[in-house]
Amino acid sequence: MNPMKNPRIIGTIAVIILLGLTPLAFAQENYAMRVITVGMCAAIAVYGLNIILGFTGQLNLAQGGFFGIGAYGVGLLTTDYDWSFWAAFVVSVIGTAVIGYLCGLIALRTKDEYFAIFTMAIGFIIFLVISRWEPVTHAHSGVNNVKFPEGGGLIDFESPVAMFYLVFAILLICVYTTYAIRRSSVGRTLLTIRTSEDLADAIGVRVGFSKQLAFAASAVFGGVGGGLYATVVGFIGPDAASIDKTFEFLMFILVGGMGTVAGPLLGSMIVTFLFELFQDFQAYRFIVLGPIIVALVIFAPRGIVGYLGGFVDRRNRRRRAEEARGADDDLDSTGASTSGGTGDHRARNVADGIESGAGRTGGTPSSEETK
Amino acid sequence: MTMLEIRDLGKRFGGLDAVKDVNLDVEAGQITAVIGPNGAGKSTLFNLVHGFYRPTAGTISFKGEDITHSSPHRTVAGGIARTFQTTNLFDDSTLLENVLAGRIVRSKSNVFDAVFHTPRHRRESRINEDKAMEALESCGVAEYRHDLASNVPQEVQKRTAVAMALATEPELLLLDEPAGGIPEEETVDFGNLIRSLPQRGVSVLLVEHKMTMIMDLADTILVLDHGQKLALGAPAEIQTNPDVIRAYLGSTAQEEN
Amino acid sequence: MTLFIQQLFNGLALGGVYCLAAIGLTLVFGVLRIPNLAHGALYMLGAYITYFFLTTVGVPYIAAIGIAAIMLFIVGVGLERLVFHPLRNSPHTHHMIAAVGAMFFFQALAQAIWGADFRRMDTPITGELRILGAEISAQRIVIIVTAVIVLALLALFIKRSIHGQTIEAIEQDRVGASLVGINPSMVSMLTLGLSALLATIAAGLVAPINLLSPTMGDALNLKVFAIIILGGLGSLPGAIVGGFALAIAETMTATYISSAVGEAVAFIVLVAVLAIKPNGLFTKAVQR
Repeated sequence: MNPMKNPRIIGTIAVIILLGLTPLAFAQENYAMRVITVGMCAAIAVYGLNIILGFTGQLNLAQGGFFGIGAYGVGLLTTDYDWSFWAAFVVSVIGTAVIGYLCGLIALRTKDEYFAIFTMAIGFIIFLVISRWEPVTHAHSGVNNVKFPEGGGLIDFESPVAMFYLVFAILLICVYTTYAIRRSSVGRTLLTIRTSEDLADAIGVRVGFSKQLAFAASAVFGGVGGGLYATVVGFIGPDAASIDKTFEFLMFILVGGMGTVAGPLLGSMIVTFLFELFQDFQAYRFIVLGPIIVALVIFAPRGIVGYLGGFVDRRNRRRRAEEARGADDDLDSTGASTSGGTGDHRARNVADGIESGAGRTGGTPSSEETK
Repeated sequence: MTMLEIRDLGKRFGGLDAVKDVNLDVEAGQITAVIGPNGAGKSTLFNLVHGFYRPTAGTISFKGEDITHSSPHRTVAGGIARTFQTTNLFDDSTLLENVLAGRIVRSKSNVFDAVFHTPRHRRESRINEDKAMEALESCGVAEYRHDLASNVPQEVQKRTAVAMALATEPELLLLDEPAGGIPEEETVDFGNLIRSLPQRGVSVLLVEHKMTMIMDLADTILVLDHGQKLALGAPAEIQTNPDVIRAYLGSTAQEEN
Repeated sequence: MTLFIQQLFNGLALGGVYCLAAIGLTLVFGVLRIPNLAHGALYMLGAYITYFFLTTVGVPYIAAIGIAAIMLFIVGVGLERLVFHPLRNSPHTHHMIAAVGAMFFFQALAQAIWGADFRRMDTPITGELRILGAEISAQRIVIIVTAVIVLALLALFIKRSIHGQTIEAIEQDRVGASLVGINPSMVSMLTLGLSALLATIAAGLVAPINLLSPTMGDALNLKVFAIIILGGLGSLPGAIVGGFALAIAETMTATYISSAVGEAVAFIVLVAVLAIKPNGLFTKAVQR
């Protein structure tokens, strides 16, 4: 089937186009542009969380920390050391990648609750370092006047619209990367780990190595989001690295849908909008948001895109399953590998990936060991 | 040719010997069966060969190469696949997606290939799809390929587990009670599937409780009791071996006759 | 030497606090198979409620801790009913996310009522004791003694009472326990209530030494998780040994090396244990 006829892809593209057109409506309102741009920075970090939590099924509670590393990397290098934004950005992202990879060396050996506790510790330590290491990070005074990206005389990034499109372009790369991963054997590898580590092991998946890479990738996305956040906002404080950030990211991904391509983007935008509504009582918003996240996990764990996509998938699958059984006779006679029809099945299957059941895991095959 | 060579293999859990001093040669192109009462160490033996457990004694070699301390990933990449006693599939995925997961170990393309949609990635996706379909067909479940694993009958699930293992392109397949839970009238069909494997270049090592099926299928049988070898030989020898009859076959054989 | 004795008692007092907090967490893990990431928030809430009754209402110190402990018991039961019970069949990531949600709710609640600033809680227990030349504040002695008494009572409760025995039975074998007619959801409620109660006692005892703030539970959360991973998730003796071991290691490194290293000890322990044995030291075979 033509991917352009897949409702999931059409939906994703529609959301992206809609987002890309927002400057037309808000170009004169700097505040609104900034809120949306900050929301997109968060969405980039959420795409990272999606790889490790949505695809691989491991709760990463350090994502706020990696966001903070990216933000502080750009913030400190462009101010105290007077680097250009681009150099600072690249170095910060490489830095988060290295730290993520090193943390992954231990994370790859842990699973489930141990993974979550380990990453919680990592996140907390990153926060402690940023909020306490006064001589380097300025602790609670934060970092002021983070540089704008240099436009090389072509683009003026001090304009909110230019900044919007910079972040938007990077966000698009993240969305596409997520899509590409999901439909490839890399994505399939991560999804097998989410469903059952033991079974993944049995079919020869390198569980630990894959987890480490997923974690490092997640950290990189966090660093990219954080680095952009620093330049968009211009001022950063330790709360850029706090567990509150991780919590916000969790909320974004839950609302949008874990393990989906469009979910993190949609969730980030919707929840950013909700946050704006609660703006006046910023400090107390978690009184409302805490119970909301609990309710979401209990009553709607698959998120908006998860449910819509699940509906589309179910319908498609039923049709295809019937077709497959109906066409069984001629398949047997021609052989699938040579029949012209299989190319068609192929495209559809790959595009849909092992998508269904996002956020759910199957039984584990550990009964084996009890014998 | 000897495909798998197990020498003096042992595994202790705490103070207990789950497997002790086991020697076994699995010949290429043959079906070798392991039988024994519950707790005899059959599954442990599989876990040792597959790399889930590390042996505490002895060696395992596969095609002349030492794999005693290989990780499951390496064992599978090297050409040994397995199925589990309880059917193990990714329940939320279709059968085709399940079998495609078996192709992961043979895939070389990485994230960059996927992102840039390189020729290698395209070629590999195509090969994976073909191989997966081939495996599904040879196990006779291609018609269910778009059904969710949790929605198909037990027998189809069992066959899909075999297909998933075959998709990894093994030379040796470890089947842990492949026909368990399958209604009696379908075991003959299932036996035919297993019998066809050596012709496809896949040798089989099998644990099974259905005695008539084993006697019919296996070329060589190893009888384990309390983790140790009780007897080793062709089905006819095993059936007449007094030790085996006393320890294990006695009651079952009478029932089945 | 005097300094050492002094710090040893400080370590023991801190260890008592850690034990009380860690034991509840490990019990919850043993019975519900859930790492309750909101445990630190329950501890924080316990501290504030003790503070409220002691300072605002004006009841005696012990009574304030008692009232707060009972209130937190109810909060714990509520948490089990409203959050963890509905998620009992969900994948493990879901109840952890929900626990994080609960944690933020409690923190925001405390901040809304008592503000974000640090608060000091004065204790009626004053004075110092001289032991082997070292001056130990009476509050620390009270902590050590109370911790020992509470731990002994807890042990007695688990060994002797029907409810305690069911907790132990479920910890050891969930399926078996339900076969002999124990109601697991009753026990789950009881366990979470008990864990919140123990955390409150810990918080009430240590509050006069430390300052109160809505985020005071964050650091403790990390430490108690380090303790129970060190001691083995679900193991009571492990939590006790781990609690004292971490506390003494922390005070000693803070004294003899630097306070920053002292802060980091819990983290180092956590990472080291996970690096060596990713599933914790002394993990029980049953958990597989």
